[in-house]
Parts: sequence; structure tokens; C-alpha cells
Amino acid sequence: MILNQFLLLAAFLFCVGVYGVIVRKNAVLVLMSIELMINSVNMNFVAFAFYNDNLAGQVFALFAIAVAAAEVGVGLAIVLLIYRNRRSVDLADLSEMKG
Amino acid sequence: MNLNDWALSLITFLPLVVAALVIAVPKADEDLQKLIALVGSLIPLGLVVWVLANFDYDRSGELQFSVNRGWIDLINSRFHIGIEGIGLPMLVLSCLIIPLCIVYSWNHFPDPHNPKAFLALMLLLETGMNGTFISQDLILFFVFFELVLLPMYFMIGVWGGPNRQYASLKFFLYTMFGSAFMLLGFLALYFKAGRTFDIAQLMTNVETAGISTNTQRLIFAGLFLGFAIKVPMFPFHTWLPDAHTEAPTQGSVILAAVLLKLGTYGFIKIAIPILPEGARFWAPVIGVLAAIGILYGALGCLAQTDFKRLIAFSSVAHMGYVMLGISTLTTYGINAAVFGMVAHGFITGMLFFCAGSLKERFHTLEINRMGGLLKTMPKLGWVLGFASMASLGLPGLAGFWGEFPAILSAYKPHPSLNESLFRVFMVVAAVGTVFAAGYLLWLYQRTAFGEPKAEWAGHEFHDVSTEEWIAWAPMLIAIVVLGIFPALLFGITDGAVTNLVDHVTKVLGS
Amino acid sequence: MISVLSASEAAPVLSDGFFLGYTWLLPLASVIAFAFILFFAKKIDKRNAAAYISIAFIGAQFLFASAAVVQWQVRDKVVVVAHEAEGAEGEGEVSSDGEANAEPAEEAALGLGTSARFAVPTAEAEGEAKLRPAVEKSVTWYRNGPIDVEVGTHVDGFTVAMLFVVAFISLCVHVFSREYLRDDSRITHYFASLALFTGAMFWMVQSATTLGLLFGWEVMGLCSFLLIGHWWEDTTNTNAALKAFFTTRTGDIGLLIGIVITFFAAGETFDMAKINEAALTGKMSQWICFVAATCLFAGVVGKSAQFPLHTWLPDAMAGPTPASSLIHAATMVVAGVYLVARLYGVFWMGFSIEVGGMNLGAWVGSITLVMAAALAFVQTDIKKVLAYSTVSQLGYMIMGLAVGGWAGAIFHLFTHAFFKALLFQASGSISHSGSHHSFEMERMGGLRKHMPITFITFTAGYLALCGLPPFAGFWSKDEILTAASANDFKFAFYAGSLGAFMTACYMTRAYTKTFFGENRLHLFHDDHEAHAVAVDVHDSHDTHAVAAHDDHGSHDGPHESNWWITGPLAVLAVMSTIVGLLQWPGWLGLPAYNFEHFIEGNVFEETVLKAFGAPKFDFAIAIPSTLLGIAGMIVGVVYYKVFNHDAGLVKRGGIFGLIHKVLKNKYYLDHLWTGVVVGSIKGPIAKGAYWFNQKGLDGVVNTAGSTAVGAARFVYKYIDQGVVDGAANGLGSTAHGFGNALRRAQNGKVQNYAAVFIGAVGLAALALVLFV
Repeated sequence: MILNQFLLLAAFLFCVGVYGVIVRKNAVLVLMSIELMINSVNMNFVAFAFYNDNLAGQVFALFAIAVAAAEVGVGLAIVLLIYRNRRSVDLADLSEMKG
Repeated sequence: MNLNDWALSLITFLPLVVAALVIAVPKADEDLQKLIALVGSLIPLGLVVWVLANFDYDRSGELQFSVNRGWIDLINSRFHIGIEGIGLPMLVLSCLIIPLCIVYSWNHFPDPHNPKAFLALMLLLETGMNGTFISQDLILFFVFFELVLLPMYFMIGVWGGPNRQYASLKFFLYTMFGSAFMLLGFLALYFKAGRTFDIAQLMTNVETAGISTNTQRLIFAGLFLGFAIKVPMFPFHTWLPDAHTEAPTQGSVILAAVLLKLGTYGFIKIAIPILPEGARFWAPVIGVLAAIGILYGALGCLAQTDFKRLIAFSSVAHMGYVMLGISTLTTYGINAAVFGMVAHGFITGMLFFCAGSLKERFHTLEINRMGGLLKTMPKLGWVLGFASMASLGLPGLAGFWGEFPAILSAYKPHPSLNESLFRVFMVVAAVGTVFAAGYLLWLYQRTAFGEPKAEWAGHEFHDVSTEEWIAWAPMLIAIVVLGIFPALLFGITDGAVTNLVDHVTKVLGS
Repeated sequence: MISVLSASEAAPVLSDGFFLGYTWLLPLASVIAFAFILFFAKKIDKRNAAAYISIAFIGAQFLFASAAVVQWQVRDKVVVVAHEAEGAEGEGEVSSDGEANAEPAEEAALGLGTSARFAVPTAEAEGEAKLRPAVEKSVTWYRNGPIDVEVGTHVDGFTVAMLFVVAFISLCVHVFSREYLRDDSRITHYFASLALFTGAMFWMVQSATTLGLLFGWEVMGLCSFLLIGHWWEDTTNTNAALKAFFTTRTGDIGLLIGIVITFFAAGETFDMAKINEAALTGKMSQWICFVAATCLFAGVVGKSAQFPLHTWLPDAMAGPTPASSLIHAATMVVAGVYLVARLYGVFWMGFSIEVGGMNLGAWVGSITLVMAAALAFVQTDIKKVLAYSTVSQLGYMIMGLAVGGWAGAIFHLFTHAFFKALLFQASGSISHSGSHHSFEMERMGGLRKHMPITFITFTAGYLALCGLPPFAGFWSKDEILTAASANDFKFAFYAGSLGAFMTACYMTRAYTKTFFGENRLHLFHDDHEAHAVAVDVHDSHDTHAVAAHDDHGSHDGPHESNWWITGPLAVLAVMSTIVGLLQWPGWLGLPAYNFEHFIEGNVFEETVLKAFGAPKFDFAIAIPSTLLGIAGMIVGVVYYKVFNHDAGLVKRGGIFGLIHKVLKNKYYLDHLWTGVVVGSIKGPIAKGAYWFNQKGLDGVVNTAGSTAVGAARFVYKYIDQGVVDGAANGLGSTAHGFGNALRRAQNGKVQNYAAVFIGAVGLAALALVLFV
């Protein structure tokens, strides 16, 4: 089944992304991991769209890519600012949201 | 613009506009405020005269000058107005009383003065009252019915006597309490009888929809509570003496002349035609309460030492006659009731005017401190005597036609009612006429006859002033004219009342 | 054939019935006079303008009424002629108005069977007497459903006779008042009330409907109230006015109910002719008739001062004397009698008069006439004596009607009006000129020398009242007694005879005390207080009056009044003497029973004539009753004049003392009514009701209000502040604890959050897979 393989790949990529988000200390790498997660979802969209013969999924995937691009743009800008202020992008140092 | 369509709306909403205008006038410019208010209240009077002139008296049972537009589509409530033989006299009464009150107020604004607000409230009241009498839709009716409360609340609460806050709050809450049940009744009708608030449609719907008798009775009970408190009927009358005693003169006059009629009008216009079965069931109860009210109000009068309170209790007795007439469900009775409403409006309004003028001159309403009025202020004394005589139902004056036909009707109530029971009411009502003579003439003896009390020696009293004459003359004339030519009023009401009774008979008969 | 001739000549002018058809102009004129006097008389710059205007009006009305009398008399002939002509067109000529057109045929049909019964040997209609049709006019007053409520006039002989007597007495009283109330500061009010009263009485006697009658009835009550209370500064007067109004109004409860019952029982009509017809034809059952008659009779008892509601009439003497003479002697108080006579069909059936024995009306009338006569013995005020005499005579009339003496009772009403008005006005004359505005007989005495005209006229009235032939009272009283005897009302007959004796006796007492012996006025000369208390107090503002007062008060002894007063007295005296001859029994070939013939109508024919036949003069009754009258006078003279025993016997105590005490206290009826009934209603009952109102009903409301407020307080204090707010507060602290616990999780490390988040999603996903 062709769908299964796409889904498995997507699941693997998602898990990689999750791992990266949780474990990596570098904010840039976390962002990249997020991209991985988003793209795994995109892959699911496309796969289901193909499987169901429905273009909506493809359209959503395009939207998601656009949004992800914007998100990365904003995210990198924030990271850049954090780096400027702190000379570090280590997430372990950023605990100002502590309750 | 077709005046036929617009007349009633103008009569109703023009006072509201004028009220806004009065408010817009600078506070200092009192003359302008009074002038605007007077003119603004005279225009509806002129319009109502036009309506009277163009009213088709042969079809007084049918709605005339009616307008039926969409209003709140969601609940199928429509802006349906119109006038027929029962509402018209009340509309005329209301449109006449307000200008007279404004004229009377001219130099007699009660403390704390502020004519601007006072006039605006009076005009607002007129909107509410007129609107109630032309509404053909229950929600519309309810809105106007409740609209009346607020200005009166402020009138009593701001311009009232020493105990005004208690009285105004009691008035407001008590009537609101009744209104809540009335609204419940309206909603029950809406849901049970074809999702409409239109009175005419409800009449046919209830007749055909086969609402169970018990439900009809329950709904009637709700409406009964709302209207009976407004009338007020014994034993729901206790807000009345307080409200009257504390209210400023104009407030008392409007309250007695028009506001009380909203309740009785509701019975005739809404409760009975829509729910004849409920009316049949509750008629004996209404009759009993009316009969008790007649005697009880009179006894209450006999115990009073305060002029205004006495007249307030006399209202309870007089409204008892009106309600007795209504409860018989006959043409005699309901015609008498409508006549009684108008007559009571003029007569008791007149008595309250007298009370106000006495209060202004004596600064008290203690009956025992007055006396010798005929000596100090003969004109006022004779006006008071005239009003008293009218109030006790002397033939030849308007009061008689509200009283005697009501007694007459109780002899032979609607065939579906218990005849012997109503004959007892008839006797009680007839006995009530003696009591009426009793309390009014004792009042008159104590205030007008005899020598002036020593405490007023050397005190200079001014007799009836010009603006008082202007305000009173139409009422005095109306009392005599209606007393001698009852057809003037019966001619308007009879068609509508006959229709109503025919409808009731048809429903109860089938 | 004379009749034919006169009729054909008179017909074009008189038979069109102008004065009969337009009688409603009489009350209208009175109302105009009333309004005019009230609003304009004071503006006219002439003293006593009100009096002159008033006299002018009543004079014109008197002429009108006289013309109506003539026209009715002529109508007799015209109708007979018309019947002889046997044509509908003839009838059309007779009655101009449409209503009356139908009547003659109908009544002719009715009358055929009965007309033979009263074949009165009159010159005009030899055995062919027909009832003259009443002149009726009506308009719709208002409509109620299918019923037209009508208002109209019904003018027949009875009405015309009443119109005449009212106009006549009223004219006399107006003239008399011009002098008697000269300089009274409220003269306009007085004459306005008098005019309104006259109008109301005119209206009442011509009204075709019970409703119209009620109008006149009540407006007369109002005028009576105003006139009794004319000098309203004094509480005694206003109390009397109120008492009169309440008492009659109490009776009116019955009247109202009676009108209502007859209205429905006769098929929804107020028309009295129809009501009578319904009663006599059996459309109204006997029981309904009885109830209706009893109720109506209550109104009669109130208005005509019958036992036990007679107590207001003596008190009503507080009013000006001419007003008393018009209202409380001659006219208004006979309204009740008029009502019974007018609705005689109802009473006839209701009281079963035909049966004889006794009935409610006969009882009440008999009791009234005796007990009021007894009260007259102990009065010291001449007006009170006359007042009780009026009550007694009214009892005669009621009794007369109730025993089937319809014509006799009405005739007594007619004659009594003249001689009682005369007696009252004579007493007014005495008070005006002979006793310093007092009516106390103690201040009089020997006045026959000082006031000869008053004396002579009073004597005429006195003899008429005592029922000596040929004075007016003899004929009418005798006719009532004859009816009572012939129609088998034994008790009523004995009561009436006793009453005749007592009347003669107490009138003799008053007569001798007033006109004979020594004048006692000087004994009271310095009694200025009494002067002020005396009834006819002039208004103190009127300095002229006070001056004039003191003038003849202090310096003049008793003297004769001027012609404004003696004129009416003389006229009335003549009438009192001759008016009884109207019922001349036909001796010497003169016309017989004219009065009866004049007033007879449908009702009379259908009831009395049918059952008893026309009453006839009966020597067997007349001679004993005359002797009784003479005996009464003799006893009176002997007891009061010769032995001067006014209080002598009764001072001895014992049974006479007791009787005297009871009489002095008016049988304690005043105590019963004023003290017990009214007092308790006005006092404890009203106060109790009000207490109930304030504590009971309003208590409920206030309790409801305060309970609501209390409940609100409770809710606020305990539930809102305690439970709800407590809960909220508790929630807060709990949340605080939780937060504290949870804040450790909030370490600000983004990756922790992400881990928790993803873990949670994972768990959720697991749950989804496992459970759904």
C-alpha cells in the first residue's frame, strides 16, 4: 500500500522533529525540528489528498508551507534578537517565563 | 402622508418627541418649556378630536385607523395599532387629562420644582397611556403598559410627599409583580394559541385551537393578577392609597383618571375576549371581589382623616362598580364599566385637583383642620361639592351612568353565570351607594360647611385661580354633559361592547 | 250636545295638546332659571334680583300648568267627540303626536268592558265616558345592545294635577320667600335651589320611565339637602341636611333594586305604563311583583318619611320655612306617594290589595300615621308639630293607596299640599314677625290679636287638617277612610280614625298655644343668645340685616307680616277651604267626583275600579269621622286650654311619664339610626375595616415586601457572602495551592512545555486508539 509508506515516513519525520524540539539546546535547531514536524504533516496532507482523490489536501499543504515559511521567518528573527541580546541561543538559559 | 394611518401613531409618539424637545430646552427657560409641553400635548388632543370626528360610529366594534406593520418578526410580534369603541373613550380621556394637568401645573409645580423633568415625565406618561389604548398586539401592549410605570415612579419618588420613597417603590414593585404574571399569561397564549401576539388572531385561535379549559383558566388567572393589581381590586389595592397620598397633585390626577383604567381596559380588551372560558370561570370571583371592594373601599373612606387618602379609597369603591359591571359579561355591565371608567376619570380627577388646591392653600390635607371652605373660598367649596355629588352618583351627572347600569347588569348576568350570586352583588352594590353618599357628604360637611377653623383666622386665602378654572372647566362640563347625554359615550362603546359580548356568548355557547 | 259644540270650537286650538305635549318645557325652564340665577343674578344691580327672576319664571310655569289643566279638561270632551265620530282621522286630530295615536284605539278597546263600571253622571259624557289617552312623547336616550333606553313624558290627568299643585305651591312659596328671605346673604343660592327643585319635581311627575323618575327623585334629594343646609354655618343644620340625604338614600337602595327588578321583569323596559301592564296581565309573577313592590316601597318609606325612616323629616325643619313648606310638606315628600300611585299595578299585585285584610303598605301607613301623631303631642316647636303632622298625613296617603283608595289618596295628596303649605307658611309668618325668628310655641300665645290675617288663614288650614267639613281635608281624609272600610281593611280603618282624632287633638294644642292666651314673647326679651340660636339666623356679614333684625327684635312686639307673606297665605287659605269641593258627591245636581274623573287613568281602571268599583261618599263614615275630629278638638281645648295641662299629667310619672319620655325621645329611633347603626358603621366598623386594611392586607404586602428584603439580606449575607462567595474564595485558595504546586512545572523552559504537551497529545492519542 502506497499510503502506508508515506504515512510511516511522515511519522518517522515527525518523531525526529519531536526529538529535536525536546532535546536540542540550540534554538535554531529547534526551529528546524519544528519545520520537520510541519513537513511531515504536509506529507500526510498530500498523501491523503492523493489517496482520496481530493485536491483540498494539496491546497492545505501549500498553505501550511506558506505559513511555515512565515513562521520560520518570525522565529529566526526572534532568535536573532535573542542572540543579539544575550550572545547565546541556548534554550536552557531562557527561563524568563518561569511561574 | 395619510392622516388615517398616521393619526394614532402621532397621538402616541408625538408626546415622546415633545418630551425630548422639552429636555433640550435650557433649564432656565421655564416658560418655553411649559409652552412647548402645552402645545405638544394639545396637538394629540387636536388629533384625537379629528379621530372622533372621523370615527365611524356605526362600526364602532371594528378596528379603525388601524396600522399593521412588521415589528419583531422573530416572535411574530407586530406593530398593530388601531382603535375601536372601547379604546376610543379612554384615548380621549388620556389626551384630555394631560394638557389639563399641564395647565394646572403652570404656576403650581410641586417641590422640588424642576418643571423640565416634570413636564417631560408627564408627556412620557401620555405616550405610555395612549399607546396602551391603541395596541392590538400583546407585546406592544405590554411595552406601553410598563412604560407608564417609570414616569409615575419618578413623579411620586421625586415630587411626592414625605413618605414618597416607600410609596413609589411600593407602587412600582407591586404593579411589576402583577405584570410578571401578566407576561407569563401572554407567553402562554403565544405558545398555546398559534404563536401570535395579535389580539384579534388570538381571539379566533383560542376559540378554534381547543386549548383545554384548565389552561384557559390558568392563563386568565395570570392576566387577572396583572390587571387586578393595576385596577386595583380588593385585596390588591393597598398600593393605591399610599401612592395617591404621596403623589403630587398632577400625579394623583393622572393616576386616578387614566392609569387605573389600564387594568380595567385590559380586562375588557384582552382577558375577556381572548379567554371567555377563563372569564366565565373567574367572573364570580371578580364579582365577589368587586362587591367587597365597593363596601370595603367605602368603609376605608369613612375611617380616613386625610383628604387625599379618602379619595384614594373611594377609587377602590368606584372601581368596584366598574369591575362588577365587567364581571357580569353583559352589554349593560360592560357599557357601564366603560362609562364608569371615563366618569371616574373626570370625577375623581376633579376631586384630586380640589385636594391639590386645598393642600396648596392649607399646606395640609387633614380634614379636621379644614372647615368653612364655603366661607373662605366659596368657589372652590362649590366645585368640591359638585364633584362630591357627581362622585356619589347623583343622576344627571356622569357618575350615575357608571353606577346604576352596573347594578342593573348584576340582576341578570350572562346566562352562563350564577344569577342568584350576582343578585347578592347587586344588593351589595346598591348598599354601596349609600356609603358613597356617607363618606362624601361627611367629607363635605367637615371641609366646606361650618365656620373656618380658628387656626386660620386672619389668613388670606385666594379662591380658584384662572389656570385652575381653565384646567377644571372641561372636566366640570364633561361631568354634566355626559350625565345628561349618556348617548355621547354609550354611542361610542355600545357597538364594541355588543361585539365583545356576542363573541363571549358564541364561545361559551358552543 | 253642548259638548260637541264646545269641542268643535275648542278642538283646533286646544286639542292639539300643546301644553300637554310640551310639559317638558316646565323642568327645562326651571333648569334655565337655576343656571341663570346661580351665575348671573348676583351681577344684576338690584337687590333681591334672584327673587324676582325666580318669581317671573315660576309665574310663567304656573300659567303653563294651568293651561295644561284646562287642556286636559277639554281633552275629555274632545276625545268623547272623537269617539262619537268613530274615525281614525278624528283620533289623529285629537293627538298631534305620533305616540298617542295608537293609544286611543287600544284603550278604547280596553275600556269598553269596564267603562260601564264608573258611569259617572257628568253632564259631558252621559254614560259614554271614555278614558282620555295620555299624551306621550319619548326619545331614545341611549342605546344598549338591542335595547333603546328611552326618556320621555307621560302626561295624563294625574300628572297634570301634580304639575298644577307643584306650580301653585311653588309660586306661593316663591312670593313668600321674597319677603321671608329678604336680605339673606345667600338669597341667590336659595332661589336657585328652589328653582332646581321645582324643575326636578315637574320632571318627576311627568316622566314616563322609572329611570327618568329616579332623576327627578334624586335631584329633589339634592335640593332638599341644599335647602335644609341653607344656613350651613351651624352644624345642627348641616347634620339635618346630611341626615335627610342619607335616610332617603338608604331607602333608595330599595328604589334602585326595585327599578332594576321591574326593568327586567317587564321585559327590559323602564316604561312605567308597560311595567304596570306587565304586572296586571300576569307577565310578572306575583312573587316578582311582591319583591319589586317591597323594594320600591323601601324607597317610598325613605322619601315619604314613613316609619321607621321618618326621622329625617322633623330634623329637616332646620331649613328656611318656605322651603320646608314646599319641599318637606307639600311636594317632595309626596314623591313616594306619587311613585306608589304611578306604579300602582306593581303594588296592587305585589301587596295583593284586592284581597283586603292587611298588607305591608297598609301596616306601614297605619303605624306611621298613629305614631307620628303621637309624637306631635310633645313637641314645643310649632314647625316640629307640623312636621310630625306631615309624617302622619303621609302615612294616611300611603295607607290610602295600600287599601285601594287610589283616588282618595291622591286627592289627599292634593288637598294636603294646600293646607300644609299654608300651615307652614303661617308658622313662618309668625316666626318672621311675631316671635323673633323662633318657632318655640313658648314664645307665642295670643297672636290672634297681633296677627289677624295669619290667624285667620292658619285657622283655615287648621280646620282643613282636622278634617271638618267643608274644608279640604275632610273630603280627602273621608275618602281614604271610606276606602279602608269598604275594601275590608279593618285595622287600617281604625288606625285612620284614631289618627283623625289625634290630629284634631294635637293641632288644637298647637293652635291654642300659638294664638290664644297671653303673649309670652316678652318673657324672652333679653334672651339674645336664643336669638342667635334661632333657626333663621341672618348672615352676620350682612350688617343691614343685623340692624333690621335688632330693630324689630328689640323694639317691636308681634305684628302682622306684610303682603308678600299674607298674600300667599290668603290664597292658600282660600284653596284649603274650597279645594275639597272638587270631589263633591253630586248633590244638588252639581258635577260629581270631578277630581277623580280628572286623574283617572288606565291603572286606576284596571285595579281599583275593576275590583272595588268607584268609591262613593258615605255618610256612615263621614259623620263619625267628623265627630271624631270635633271630639279631638274639644279634648284638646279642654285638656290644654282649660286645664293647661301640657306637661301636668305626665309629670306625675308612672305610665304616662314613661310614654312621655318615649315620645320625647322619638321612640329612640334616632338613637337607633344615628347612634347605633350609623355610629357603628362610621366608628368601629369603618375603623376596623381600615385597621384590617393597614394591618391585614397592607400588612401582607409589607410583610411580603419586608420578607423579600429579609430573604434578600439572608441570601446576601449567608448564601452570597457565605456559600457562593465562600465557594469562590475557597476556590481561590485551592487554586492558589494548585498553582503553587503547578508552578514548579512552569519552569520557563520551553522544551519542558513542549515535552508535556507532546506527552499529553500522545496520551490522548493512545486513549483515542484504545477507547474509541
